[in-house]
Amino acid sequence: MSADVDLRSAAKAPGESTRRRPSRWSRAWRAYGLAGAFILALLGIWELWVWIFHVPAYLLPSPSGIAVALKNDWGPYLAPAMWVSLREVLLGFAIAAVAGVGLAVVLHLFAPLRRAIYPILIGSQTIPIVVLAPILVILLGYGIWPKLVIVALICFFPIVVNGVDGLRLVDDDFIRMMRTLDATRWQIFRKVEFPGALPSIFSGMRVAATFAAIGAVFGEWSGASAGLGYVIQQATPNLQTARIFAAILILTVIAMALFGLVSLLERLLVPWAPRGGRM
Amino acid sequence: MHRTTADGSVAPIRPADSVGIAFCGVRKAFGDVLALEDVTFDIERDSRVGIVGPSAGGKSTLLQLTAGLLETDEGTVNVEGATTAAGRLARCALMPQRDLLLPWRTALDNAVIALENHGVPRSEAREKTRPFFERFGLVQFEDVRPAQLSGGMRQRVSFLRTLMAEKDVLLLDEPFGALDSITRAQMQEWLLGALGDVPRTVLLVTHDVEEALILSRTVVVMSARPGRVVTILDVDVETEGHTRREIVTSREFVALKESALEAIE
Repeated sequence: MSADVDLRSAAKAPGESTRRRPSRWSRAWRAYGLAGAFILALLGIWELWVWIFHVPAYLLPSPSGIAVALKNDWGPYLAPAMWVSLREVLLGFAIAAVAGVGLAVVLHLFAPLRRAIYPILIGSQTIPIVVLAPILVILLGYGIWPKLVIVALICFFPIVVNGVDGLRLVDDDFIRMMRTLDATRWQIFRKVEFPGALPSIFSGMRVAATFAAIGAVFGEWSGASAGLGYVIQQATPNLQTARIFAAILILTVIAMALFGLVSLLERLLVPWAPRGGRM
Repeated sequence: MHRTTADGSVAPIRPADSVGIAFCGVRKAFGDVLALEDVTFDIERDSRVGIVGPSAGGKSTLLQLTAGLLETDEGTVNVEGATTAAGRLARCALMPQRDLLLPWRTALDNAVIALENHGVPRSEAREKTRPFFERFGLVQFEDVRPAQLSGGMRQRVSFLRTLMAEKDVLLLDEPFGALDSITRAQMQEWLLGALGDVPRTVLLVTHDVEEALILSRTVVVMSARPGRVVTILDVDVETEGHTRREIVTSREFVALKESALEAIE
């Protein structure tokens, strides 16, 4: 009866048309080609500008000058600093992810607690981290801890807010359905609310990933003896502008790599979700 | 009469009376909107009853009240002796209008969710549910996510999930409302067969008079908001050994359809 009709119509996945799928490379080109061309054009203009107007390197180094600094300073300054900062970024982000998702779950499951803590949480975000950073260094010393706390503080907020929203906005009809199937509160959370909130939790983590590197630099500026923020701070009075730009470039790469890592994790853990937030 | 429940234990002997569901003076309002007023009728145990009426006539509300997802403002709903919301919730399984399959679970894992909730280990629940995939025309789609299933298949998985809750009362809320008319006709025929296998009290809400007449033995016609019972029709059309076309064009069927449509107007 109806079975064979359905078999035929379901054999073809929705959205799959008779059109041939574009190759991997042409898809990569369509996704990132325009951005790449735009960056190349900007770098070209920048290079020409510095060359034509004889802009001194301490004011604005040319892209080629930055490349030279990247090459020369990589071994003695940039690479060791990068590992220090990378460690701060990854550990700080991991702390924020665990604490953020954990707090979102607790706030979701205990409504009175949410009403008590949520406003304070939002209020806490109005305190500028730049001001807080030196105090944390005084409190926690020159080691990695104040940096981790600052990175975690910056990353924490988008993860909690997106987590709480994602958990709360799960379709009520799903919850009603589960109740008629005799689910307990905990079963509803574990089988419906938490998986349903995962896309939202991941979008919070993607936002947080772009903040993490900034947090590490704030932390290092407030007192450190290593890291990319420290390199930038040391290079500034010496007018080693090319080295500063090279350090910024590395920080950008770190942030983008973390963003990519989160997106990859999302793709592995939430394969059913509609795709968004590609770089 | 005994009935074996999900965990293998034997349910207590049913009370002597044969009333499955009894609505008595039910009234329900949402704010200023009166959805149901003075709804009173009984449904016999193990019978199939269809409720028809215009859209937004409080029919879904009636199902949610029966299922114990809502409380009445006035009057009582008695499901096999249970009048509290929790008691009704324990006795009813509701198949919602939308299929509401969890997109992260495969078809099979969606179907086993009630068994899982009852504490049956997932592997055991799967083994218990798998045979139904063959009977429901879903073979080879056990491990497919809902997004890859057609609308008709999703409704069948949703129905199977409701069935696997092993409740005495099945509440079907516009089960095929979202399907095209051809698939819908096929699904009605299929559901008729599937319901024949499991004698349970079935309450079916639809806005399609023909669907109600095909699928149920009794049809309750309700008015537009506020929902009231207009009339109750007994469907005594001979269906055994007849095709759907023969049934829906038979004189008795057409006459019933006419009186139902007349009552709705």
